[in-house]
Amino acid sequence: MIANLAFDLFSAILLGSSVMVVSSRNPVHSVLFLILCFINAAILFLMAGAEFLALVLVIVYVGAVAVLFMFVVMMLDVDFSELREGVQRYAPIGAAIGLVLFVELAFVMVSWVIAPGAAGLRLLPAPTGMTNTQALGSVLYTNYIFLFQLAGAVLLVAMIGAIVLTLRDRKRGKTQNIDVQHARMPVDTLSMVNAKLGAGATVPTPKEDAL
Amino acid sequence: MQVALSHYLVVAGLLMVVGIFGIFMNRKNIIIIMMSIELILLAANINFVAFSGALHDLVGQVFTMFVLTVAAAEAAIGLAILVIYFRNRGSIEVEDVTLMKG
Repeated sequence: MIANLAFDLFSAILLGSSVMVVSSRNPVHSVLFLILCFINAAILFLMAGAEFLALVLVIVYVGAVAVLFMFVVMMLDVDFSELREGVQRYAPIGAAIGLVLFVELAFVMVSWVIAPGAAGLRLLPAPTGMTNTQALGSVLYTNYIFLFQLAGAVLLVAMIGAIVLTLRDRKRGKTQNIDVQHARMPVDTLSMVNAKLGAGATVPTPKEDAL
Repeated sequence: MQVALSHYLVVAGLLMVVGIFGIFMNRKNIIIIMMSIELILLAANINFVAFSGALHDLVGQVFTMFVLTVAAAEAAIGLAILVIYFRNRGSIEVEDVTLMKG
């Protein structure tokens, strides 16, 4: 009973904030509502028994992805009101497509049933007697180790890609140019001067601060 | 799981519809479009976790973790492309993006 009430409350907040994400005028508000969305989704995960994923959702999405969005929104100097001028034109189309999709989903919802043999087809029945984190870890590092490594490779590629894309090669500071340094000859830098006998040579006086 | 599976499915379905509506409504603002994509992925994740909890099968949660990975990578790459696009053109109008093809 309490669980149902809590579920209704949190899912209402989730849906309301998701509507605010797509309809808010200010993109900064959109990002903040996105964070609220993720936190409520994490609570729903928690109620479904996926404690580890709930906290991962908070860490990854709120801590990384939403902050990334926030950085980009704040960094780009864009007139966002100009970007919203077509909204009145596009909203009916979007609403129509959303309605069609929702009706289709509703048709699916009223007629689905879990097959009686579905429980026998489970790949990994949740082990009893251990916490969710422990169970997930034991599954992830034994049955899905290669996929886990592949996920790490995906993240590595994404990281390198993002760095390569946004790196600006500014000329600042002194860097080594090995080829030029190796090809340097005494002729390039030394000049032989034929000084006159008895006349002396003019030696540039060293600066005070150089000493 | 104390809450019935169908409740989760309704919430996830509505969340996905809101995300798709957001894509169509904010056709010019690519940042909001990417946030809508995140909402759709979140709806898929809620479905995975709900079925995982209802059927006592851990594969759903493992798969959710991989979806989280891909979503984070997608957001990072997308925002990087957005930043260099803005640096080159001074705007983020999606309608001009066809200029990017060579």
